[in-house]
Amino acid sequence: MSYDISHLDELESEAIHVFREVAAELEKPVLLFSGGKDSIVLLRLAEKAFRPGRFPFPVMHVDTGHNFPEVIEFRDRRIAELGERLIVASVQDAIDRGRVVEQTGPRASRNRLQTVPLLDALAEHGFDAAFGGARRDEERARAKERIFSFRDDFGGWDPKNQRPELWNVYNGRIHRGENVRVFPISNWTELDVWQYIDREGLELPPIYFAHEREVFRRDGMLYATASFIELLPDEVPFVETVRYRTVGDMSCTGAVTSRARTLQEVVAEIAATRVTERGETRADDRATEAAMEDRKKEGYF
Amino acid sequence: MPGPASNGNVEALAHGAASTGLLRLATAGSVDDGKSTLIGRLLYDSKALFEDQLAQVAEASRRRHGDTGVVDLALLTDGLRAEREQGITIDVAYRYFATPKRTFIIADTPGHVRYTRNMVTGASTADLAIVLIDARNGVVQQSRRHAFISSLLRIPHLVVCVNKMDLVDHDEAVFNAIVEEFASFASKLEITDITFIPISALNGDNVVDRSTNMDWYGGPPLLYHLEHVHIASDRNLIDPRFPVQWVVRPGDAQGERHDYRGYAGQVAGGVLRKGDDVVVLPSGATSRIAGIDTFDGELAEAFPPMSVTLRLEDDLDISRGDLIARPHNHPIVSRELDSIVCWMNDAPLQSGGRYVLKHTTKSVRAVADQLLHRIDVDTLHRDEHAQTLELNEIGRLRLRTSQPLAYDAYRRNRATGGFILIDEATNETLAAGMLLDPDEPVSAVEMETTAGAPRSANVRWEPTKLTREARFDALGHGGATVWLTGLPSSGKSTVAGALEQRLVEAAIPAYRLDGDNLRHGLNGNLGFSATDRAENVRRTAQAARLLADSGVIAIVSLVSPYAADRQMARAIHDEAGLDFVEVFVDTPPEECERRDTKGLYAKARAGEIAGFTGVDDPYERPEAPDLVVAPDDPDPVAAVLAALEARGVRTSSEDE
Repeated sequence: MSYDISHLDELESEAIHVFREVAAELEKPVLLFSGGKDSIVLLRLAEKAFRPGRFPFPVMHVDTGHNFPEVIEFRDRRIAELGERLIVASVQDAIDRGRVVEQTGPRASRNRLQTVPLLDALAEHGFDAAFGGARRDEERARAKERIFSFRDDFGGWDPKNQRPELWNVYNGRIHRGENVRVFPISNWTELDVWQYIDREGLELPPIYFAHEREVFRRDGMLYATASFIELLPDEVPFVETVRYRTVGDMSCTGAVTSRARTLQEVVAEIAATRVTERGETRADDRATEAAMEDRKKEGYF
Repeated sequence: MPGPASNGNVEALAHGAASTGLLRLATAGSVDDGKSTLIGRLLYDSKALFEDQLAQVAEASRRRHGDTGVVDLALLTDGLRAEREQGITIDVAYRYFATPKRTFIIADTPGHVRYTRNMVTGASTADLAIVLIDARNGVVQQSRRHAFISSLLRIPHLVVCVNKMDLVDHDEAVFNAIVEEFASFASKLEITDITFIPISALNGDNVVDRSTNMDWYGGPPLLYHLEHVHIASDRNLIDPRFPVQWVVRPGDAQGERHDYRGYAGQVAGGVLRKGDDVVVLPSGATSRIAGIDTFDGELAEAFPPMSVTLRLEDDLDISRGDLIARPHNHPIVSRELDSIVCWMNDAPLQSGGRYVLKHTTKSVRAVADQLLHRIDVDTLHRDEHAQTLELNEIGRLRLRTSQPLAYDAYRRNRATGGFILIDEATNETLAAGMLLDPDEPVSAVEMETTAGAPRSANVRWEPTKLTREARFDALGHGGATVWLTGLPSSGKSTVAGALEQRLVEAAIPAYRLDGDNLRHGLNGNLGFSATDRAENVRRTAQAARLLADSGVIAIVSLVSPYAADRQMARAIHDEAGLDFVEVFVDTPPEECERRDTKGLYAKARAGEIAGFTGVDDPYERPEAPDLVVAPDDPDPVAAVLAALEARGVRTSSEDE
């Protein structure tokens, strides 16, 4: 009898353990769901951790109002199928209430504006733990972040004062007003996520597969055209066959040229790629050398 | 550096890698010893390093070092702004790469003594540690520190990479001298598997491909070793342990499944199978596994590190923090803990301080009772006068908990032997702890004076000027323990009685400790659960030890059905330096039941007694007893006396 276990099974088991620890030790957790592939994996892991029971927490989406319509449709359908509760925190509301100020001009993005509605929603509902789909292989500040990432009462992350994390014994104790961000798939790579989606037969929003779309080129990346995105004078829209590697706000998420229309074709492309997903498709990380670290200190995901 | 190895593994990664195993490895060190270059090499050659990451590093290198064309791979692993600005590594960074054979997680930690806590953190989950030694400098303090921490955290495999071989002309003699020096140091540590590999991380010698510069080296290159080292057997598959993490009770909302009740958790040891008898600790309640559930369906068995949900046949009161084990293989259950801790906080250890202790899924309150010594991580010297532990210091600490904890020694199971201490006020994680066996010797010196480590807090062994030799000389004879084990009604008491009489008649003081008799007094508060049986054996063994130490031959007559308990009794005597003779009274079960001297077999068969050894509770036959006696032996007492004499224990006061 062999007691070997595959790496996906081991990563899955670790993530299930993390889900259950949080549910047991924190008062009021919430699962942050973007409709992207990483948070789709989180939903499956939560099913594995708690079925036949219900999730001991609701699901929350921070909606920039500039999301891909296909993703919003997928979000509503998936949560309904699961029979779980969805909360939507809206960036548009935050703008309307004057909590944040909308950027203007061709390079305007609502990506960074998500932090305030996120923190407001955590406070309003009294959530003390928020599951996120961040992975350590995504970006070098995340490579140093704990699975249980402690945030102060302003939602901020102090990278130099993180709690040591030993074995699978997590310290989830916090004071009132503080919260923890929890990343159950910290140790997964992009390829692991795709292999898991394949293995589990998980449905993804259609934008992950090659499709024809009107795009324009900016800073070497392809962006979708949309009514709320202003083009610069030299930018000309054209139709291209593309797919997305990540799902974020339309204003900062780039597409890649691809003919991969099936999951297997996508996995093969991912395995062969020489560029990270954030490097290829996320403008938000390109601002400075420490762009992600700075946003996390402010309370970003 | 040269380009990456062939990308022929893409196909395998895309389609086959989902079934590969995972290896967690820890590295520790500074930029100087080439650690970052080695990691960069592994990532680059396995295609885990992407072009945009490389471009980022190249850009940062140019800003830092000017247009030298050197790509400083340290900048890749240093993820935080402060690290890049100060050119140092502060924290544990996790890196990922995969080959068609295996998936790897690297916990990369700084090597300086002031980052001991980070090394401990990285080591806690590692299957394998890489210690880098610069061939020009040989074994330095930092190499020893890494090896010590690896052994302390019980990383099963250690790989010593002797790096920069190109700078010593690939000289075999240099390599051999380093191997010899390191092996000599490592022999003082508990390391089960050490592999030495001569490499040049910069040139790629023996990292991914076999070097042509060192034909004298017959072993595999590093990556091959990482891909093939056998790790499945490192997990404890012997002792079934299941810490209950979460009780799954869907309630009425799920319609027909409203009566479902499952205990969810991650298997921490052993193999659990449907139909297995189980005991729930600390309550001692018993039941049987009715099913092992997962989202994907029922399983026939579960083993570490699987996350599953157990259903039991009986409706018991079980909650988070309870531990499910097997009735005949139970962990230690105690409120007195002996441990090695690494202190991880700026606020030092407070003697008598109260902390929250989290062990598996259970959190209890604990008092730091006694710091036995502090260990210098560089010299391994033990300072027995240490009053506290400060940040990054390691020492041996006794703790007392508010509730009993079910645990194993860390050496036996990392999952059920590790714990953390948390500050009740700030909620910060203060320390990582590794539990020791209750009988773990304190140190060679203390062992001689204490004859077995005291478990209770604030209790010190009162030394006596009278040595054992002086006492035994004055008496004219020495003490020892004869331990008779066997099924109920096997004839233990008959042998014990006859032995006692023979010795006393020969003017040698002997005293019989009979299991049933002790349960009328000393062990009166104990039942027959696995935990209570273990405690029964422990108390009896300690009583026997005291008698033996006083010069009496203690004759124990106790069913003692479990091998682990008998081993504990022997260990108590071994540590005290006293003779222990295990005698197996090997009477066939049918014969015992036919005799049934106390009518207990009949009661057990009638269902009036549960957990009766030989009927519905097993007897683990001793594998290597000192003596076996059978009912038809003409003179079993003479055989026991001969065994005592063979150990130099006098069995008669008559002059020889």
